[in-house]
Amino acid sequence: MKQKQSGPLKWVLIGGSAFFLFVMLILPLIYVLSTAFREGIQVYIESVTDEYAVKAILLTIRATVSAVVINTLFGVFAAWCITRFQFRGKKIISTLIDLPLTVSPIIAGLIYVLTFGRQSALYPYLQKLGISIIYAVPGIVLATIFVTFPFISREIIPVLTAAGTDEEEAAALMGANGWTIFWRVTFPHIKWVLLYGVVLCTARAMGEFGAVSVLSGHLRGKTNTMPLYIELLYQGYDYTGAFAISSILVVMAIVILILRSVLEYLGKKDREA
Amino acid sequence: MEQQYYVEMRDINKQFGDFQALEQINFGIEKGKLIGLLGPSGSGKTTILRILAGLETAETGDIIINGQVVNDIPASQRGIGFVFQNYALFRYMTVFENVAFGLRVQKWPKSRVKERVNEMLRLVGLEGLEKRYPSQLSGGQRQRVAFARALAPEPQLLLLDEPFAAIDAKVRQELRRWLKGMISTVGITSIFVTHDQEEAIEVADEIIITNQGRIEQIGKPVDIYRNPTTPFVARFIGDSAELENVHLFPGFEYAADQIKHAIIRPEYLTVYKKGEPVEYPNSVEPGVVVQSAFRGTVTEYQIRLSDGTILTANRLVDTAPLAEGEQVQIFARRLLAFDEERAFPVENICLAGVRPYVI
Ligand SMILES: Nc1ncnc2c1ncn2[C@@H]1O[C@H](COP(=O)(O)OP(=O)(O)O)[C@@H](O)[C@H]1O
Ligand SMILES: [Mg+2]
Repeated sequence: MKQKQSGPLKWVLIGGSAFFLFVMLILPLIYVLSTAFREGIQVYIESVTDEYAVKAILLTIRATVSAVVINTLFGVFAAWCITRFQFRGKKIISTLIDLPLTVSPIIAGLIYVLTFGRQSALYPYLQKLGISIIYAVPGIVLATIFVTFPFISREIIPVLTAAGTDEEEAAALMGANGWTIFWRVTFPHIKWVLLYGVVLCTARAMGEFGAVSVLSGHLRGKTNTMPLYIELLYQGYDYTGAFAISSILVVMAIVILILRSVLEYLGKKDREA
Repeated sequence: MEQQYYVEMRDINKQFGDFQALEQINFGIEKGKLIGLLGPSGSGKTTILRILAGLETAETGDIIINGQVVNDIPASQRGIGFVFQNYALFRYMTVFENVAFGLRVQKWPKSRVKERVNEMLRLVGLEGLEKRYPSQLSGGQRQRVAFARALAPEPQLLLLDEPFAAIDAKVRQELRRWLKGMISTVGITSIFVTHDQEEAIEVADEIIITNQGRIEQIGKPVDIYRNPTTPFVARFIGDSAELENVHLFPGFEYAADQIKHAIIRPEYLTVYKKGEPVEYPNSVEPGVVVQSAFRGTVTEYQIRLSDGTILTANRLVDTAPLAEGEQVQIFARRLLAFDEERAFPVENICLAGVRPYVI
């Protein structure tokens, strides 16, 4: 009875959502791809194999890989500490981990400029050591790490909390050391969510614009990541080039989306088994 | 000469923040005994096990195992087998890997591992399930795996936290007997936690009763049952009904001013149907049957006294049944009296001989 009455409404709502998705997501995607290829495949290939384009792609890969590796290590470690130990200041640490989610990336970038830039007290020492962070690759990597660092620990913490400490205690009682306990007992619990977090982290790291933009200085071929390079091309009215590079990010995004669904499915199946 | 204990706790105190979880815990256990740690939920039973195992540290006191103070020996080296309340099986390992874990960690040679795991699985009756994961087992099977896993590395002491709590009532009975048999086969000193007095009485060689972080009484099940020494134990053990007016029962007047509180248990009572011969006619109290329940060898009756107190009493199944609402006469052989500190039995004057006394 109730089902029947809500029938038309249901279709209106579904139709509305589908239309919205089409206008907001599908249409732009089609537009990106069609613009990228509108001057033919030749121009597309030229655009993406341009010297600066390749450098931007490589830098993006470098920043992404660094962020993922560091955040995986940091994320697992932080999640382990937070769920396994009682200590003062635990609340503060778990709040701090979430900070990048609430701080605008531009602000994050500015924080680093203030910390490591010319006006900073650290600057003379950094210079003496020959380390440049601002307007250089380390700054970009740092910014990318900052904006993505909650992704992995936030995925793991609830799973570790739910798994409890009983299995680890049981293993410890049988004489296992911390390393064995982690790899043989704890890690299987977090395997899938860890991969899931890595995927989310990768997606966010590749696309990061704000924080990186502040720290980069936009040196073509040196400190331009893909998103920054796209902006540069776009502002230079090279629409075909901009969309060609964009199409790479778009395809990566779709691959990540698929990976994410597969991981979610595998993780769920593993938990149910 | 001091008694030789295998496991001992001396003056153990444990706090969680401001909360005193254990207060002056002292007990000793002889080798090869099966001990029941019995007490209401929150009374500190799990905490005692965890301190013995080294999973928690006590603020004060000594833990002695096999003549050695183990306070500073980490959990991993105490050689204790632990069966957790929810079993804590490794979810992502097969039954075989679960049981083999401790052996591999302790670097047993490969062939010995296989041999030992198979031996343990045979012992607990789980051959053929080696490749299953814990989620593919029933509650009883999981318990057996947990048991096999704890025993595989040949521990000197086995601790079991509420081993039957997560198992449905039907299987529980059978598993209890199985576990008791198994532990006596293996011959390992064991302590199991329970909040079920029936379970403790049936399974344990000796019972330690805990309440609010303290030990109330230690003894053989039959002693604890017959002679509870503290008010808490008197109330906690047995099917006890509290008596408001002690003098109501004829035969106890002589002790009435020494008795502040008293409880009465079904086994202290005889119920006479009208017309049945009464042994001590001057010492019976009238009552009304309010409810009856058939229990197999006995029928259990709820009987209301004139002051409204409800008592539970049993009659053998081959005696004449009592109807609800029927007038009956009750004779009490004994009461369990207690004040703030201690509990003591009081006999009916008819049975107490010429010179009645209060212990
Ligand atoms: N890790 C802990 N932190 C704080 N309080 C605890 C902790 N473990 C146990 N307690 C408290 O100690 C008391 C005894 O707990 P426990 O030993 O688990 O009781 P039992 O096993 O008899 O039910 C309970 O009141 C419980 O809340
Ligand atoms: Mg408990």
